[in-house]
Amino acid sequence: MAVISRGFGRRARESDPKLPPGQYLTEDFPVLSAGPTPRIDTDQWAFRIVTEKNLATTWTWADLMALPIETIDTDIHCVTRWSKLGTTWRGVSLDTLFKDIDTDYQFAMAHSYGGYTTNIPLADLLGGKSWVAFEFDGKPLEPAHGGPARLLVPHLYFWKSAKWVNGITLQKRDDPGFWEQNGYNLHGDPWTEERYW
Amino acid sequence: MIVGGWMPARVSTVTASTTNARILEIVVPGWPGNLPGQHLDIRLTADDGYQAERSYSIASSGPGEVVELGVDEVPDGEVSPYLTQVIEPGDELEVKGPLGGYFVWHADDPSPVQLIAGGSGIVPLLAMARARASARVSTPFRLLYSVRTRADAMYADEIDGLAAQGIEVTWAYTREAPAGWAGTTGRLTPQALAASVWPAAENPLTFVCGPTGFVEASADALVAGGQNAARVRTERFGGA
Ligand SMILES: Cc1cc2nc3c(=O)[nH]c(=O)nc-3n(C[C@H](O)[C@H](O)[C@H](O)COP(=O)(O)OP(=O)(O)OC[C@H]3O[C@@H](n4cnc5c(N)ncnc54)[C@H](O)[C@@H]3O)c2cc1C
Repeated sequence: MAVISRGFGRRARESDPKLPPGQYLTEDFPVLSAGPTPRIDTDQWAFRIVTEKNLATTWTWADLMALPIETIDTDIHCVTRWSKLGTTWRGVSLDTLFKDIDTDYQFAMAHSYGGYTTNIPLADLLGGKSWVAFEFDGKPLEPAHGGPARLLVPHLYFWKSAKWVNGITLQKRDDPGFWEQNGYNLHGDPWTEERYW
Repeated sequence: MIVGGWMPARVSTVTASTTNARILEIVVPGWPGNLPGQHLDIRLTADDGYQAERSYSIASSGPGEVVELGVDEVPDGEVSPYLTQVIEPGDELEVKGPLGGYFVWHADDPSPVQLIAGGSGIVPLLAMARARASARVSTPFRLLYSVRTRADAMYADEIDGLAAQGIEVTWAYTREAPAGWAGTTGRLTPQALAASVWPAAENPLTFVCGPTGFVEASADALVAGGQNAARVRTERFGGA
């Protein structure tokens, strides 16, 4: 039984069945990250996938732009409790990037410029579930929101959607990334409130 | 790190800090203690079952079941006006925590520390300054605190007293400076910031906390000024 807080009442606010438990709607786009915002030019940008055989496949910005680009309409949910509904992104599906990758490993670690990491099971990355996104609301993704490109894994809390992403390393076990070592859940499903350890 | 379920808590004292901010002491039976810089989540439940949850930094640290919070009212907000206007000693709420293992200061780290706070962002940074005193270490600390006006400064007297402990304090006023103030008023410029922080050569560990826009601008200016980005830790409270 929850404790009742005397004098606390519902504010006249929209509620929405698309909001996971414990989340509230925001109209703006909050920024959360562990440090300063890196600024990476697209002509310096590269993305690589590294397998257990230490084989690396690398894409430049031009390579990425030459791949099939998808439009993603989705809701996003941050572990700090804001959710934003009906956002629109453009990006390349991880299914496309993984087409010729040969791995037996089931887990991935995403890496970012600036040193951020976050772990994600392959099952949460493939099958139309994640993208390398470079456009938000019709505009190039701003550096504060992870531009030039970020991972977009909208069915998990947004810390999994690594900003300034520059690669994925396959890993044997679901070893924790940056926030996961600092107190956040290994998986991060907003609907079951997998927030913390 | 220990994070269990929701723990019942009772408000023990409520103190006005500014016209829009209050310091709350809550008693959390079984609280495991916390490191300076950590936060907790608060859950409020209305009598019709409606719930709201938000994060608040902890101004206190170390062992004990009394936890101090400093809350600034966000106009039109849902939770902060309740905490700054309605809640009184004896009232109950729930907390989860302590949370966060990165935006924390460890008293055995000898690096010079730079604290940069905007508004209520002072709360976790004050916890670090207090922890320095209780650990009886003389780690070099500097604090830069940006507020709209002097009247908006939370913990103003305590911060003025930090100088006596050897912490260098620089104030920045964005709207209105107190009478006799020699500096300029307005948003913190990269030059003003650079003039009051530890030089990059000292390899300071920097903690920046406050509203998102403040943190973005300050962290950008630090990096542009040559500070090592990997040594700049940020916590963004949301809003502009
Ligand atoms: C890790 C962490 C620690 C925090 N610690 C503290 C703390 O120690 N003291 C404290 O006072 N607050 C702190 N906050 C902010 C706090 O969690 C709430 O966001 C804040 O109190 C507003 O909540 P609300 O329900 O009143 O407003 P809401 O109903 O959530 O929001 C109302 C409007 O205000 C905007 N807004 C939200 N937060 C802010 C803000 N901080 N400044 C300006 N506009 C805002 C929203 O975008 C929205 O448009 C912390 C946040 C985080 C993530």
